[in-house]
Amino acid sequence: MNQLKMPGTDRIASVGWLKAHQWLLLRRLSQISILALFMLGPAAGVWIVKGNLASSRTLDVLSLSDPYVLLQSLFAGHVMGTTAFTGAIIVLIFYLLVGGRVYCSWVCPINMVTDLANWMRKKLGIKGQGLRFTIQTGYWIFAMTLVLALVTQTIVWELVNPVSIFYRGFLYGMGFAGTMILAIFLFDLFVSRRGWCSHLCPVGIFYGFLGSKSVLRVTAMNRDNCNDCMDCFSVCPEPQVIKPALKKLTDDKNPLIQSGRCTNCARCIDVCNQNVFSFTTRFNKQDGMHLHQQKEIMP
Amino acid sequence: MAEKSQKPRAISRRQFMSETAKTACGVSLFGLGLGMYSQQTRSLPSLAIRPPGALAEDDFSGACIRCGLCVRDCPFDTLKLGRFGGDVTTGTPYFTARDVPCEMCDDIPCVKACPTGALSPDLENIDDARMGLAALIDQETCLNFQGLRCEVCYRICPLIEDAITLELQHNPRSGSHAFFIPTVHSDACTGCGKCEHACVLPEAAIKVLPRNLAKGKSAEHYRLGWEEKQKAGESLVNPDVEHQYNLPEGVEYEHGGRGLIDEKTDSVPFGGNPLDTLNQHKADLQ
Repeated sequence: MNQLKMPGTDRIASVGWLKAHQWLLLRRLSQISILALFMLGPAAGVWIVKGNLASSRTLDVLSLSDPYVLLQSLFAGHVMGTTAFTGAIIVLIFYLLVGGRVYCSWVCPINMVTDLANWMRKKLGIKGQGLRFTIQTGYWIFAMTLVLALVTQTIVWELVNPVSIFYRGFLYGMGFAGTMILAIFLFDLFVSRRGWCSHLCPVGIFYGFLGSKSVLRVTAMNRDNCNDCMDCFSVCPEPQVIKPALKKLTDDKNPLIQSGRCTNCARCIDVCNQNVFSFTTRFNKQDGMHLHQQKEIMP
Repeated sequence: MAEKSQKPRAISRRQFMSETAKTACGVSLFGLGLGMYSQQTRSLPSLAIRPPGALAEDDFSGACIRCGLCVRDCPFDTLKLGRFGGDVTTGTPYFTARDVPCEMCDDIPCVKACPTGALSPDLENIDDARMGLAALIDQETCLNFQGLRCEVCYRICPLIEDAITLELQHNPRSGSHAFFIPTVHSDACTGCGKCEHACVLPEAAIKVLPRNLAKGKSAEHYRLGWEEKQKAGESLVNPDVEHQYNLPEGVEYEHGGRGLIDEKTDSVPFGGNPLDTLNQHKADLQ
């Protein structure tokens, strides 16, 4: 068989399918639960959370707002109300704690669409990158959204933002939302591998900025155990973030994955059969905590 | 060796430049398209009315973050969100008066729900809302303009006698009846749309339109003489010269009064009732 070996096979063999997918399952649970919480209102009349990801109100107490949308609003010349402002601050603090692009991998529903596309890419044996975008493209698009807001005095990105369109589609009526989601799916499947989330989406760029400063991080603490199976690179939506930590390429030989582009999706923790990766805080730069114990055990 | 190592660097710089240029151009084109699209979607369909307190459309599109909280807190399901690919700007709230009008809640929950102030918190009294302006747009089908007494729009108006009044006019068709003309007053109409919703015709003769469409504007230098006169307490121009009638001696004419007067006999040659004159003429002939 010349089909690509699915990453994580070794890990599944040694610890079982469930444990080898625990973070993935938790993420899906998180993404679906958040959508379900919003859906409970319009679908069943149970109003726990109202609104959508742009701005929401939970149990008529907690107001949350998307800081990126408010940033655009600011560029469009509107000074937001205090409700939106405090809501955005809470969200900012939250993502500064748990990781900026946790938004991408634990909240954003489009992530499920593009992950599915990428999984199918592997199943169908589609090799190569397809149409190549660099992350620079994403930065340009991000800048463009702000410039457009400034020039047109409109929150332009929200007209086409697939995340908003997905949520509003489900909560307030689909319209042509389905075509947009299908377009992204097909784009990631046939046109460009991990094209949307990892290279183009300006929302991910914004949360990536937060992520470069955030507290919770993945560390390659047990990197000395690495057997170069490449499974982590294969599953990682942003494989370039792993290398500096895993291969000691940073100046201070820091095992922390420092890039804001890391989504804290923890798939690397799932698939690594050598237990190289784990969650820690940005202050823990310890290297190889379990190394000595393991050396003693192993002959 | 130095040359060799420099050469690939030079190429990579060139590559970098061309990559950057390509990306910049591509993204700019994309942005241009998006900008054009955003300008197009700004023209709100004229029958889509924004919720109470909404900022002017230009400001609104920069302030509304399309969260739909106003829609959720509308107790009458009046408000809808523009759908992707629909007529109304994606994700922005609106209502269609003919389907479900605004019920003008006293506590204005939609404004309270808005986190950004796109629905201005300055609106504290719903009667001050200016969502649009009702206009009796079709006099040809409005029943009251035919001399009938429908006036459902007037009766249903939450600000009856302020926002809509019935103005009496002579009905020349019957000669002895009046038209009760429903008349909208822009200083009181909130644009709630209850009149449009209630209009009994298959297609409403009275419609709520965005105020800029429904309202005319008189030039700033216009002055209405009779108003100026009232304000000043007297005519601001020289009083009219009294009209001179060239009448035979002993005869006078009283304009707006008794008419032609024969001072000698103090009789009126042509009385106030034209029938008298006709009958007189008839009698003279006999």
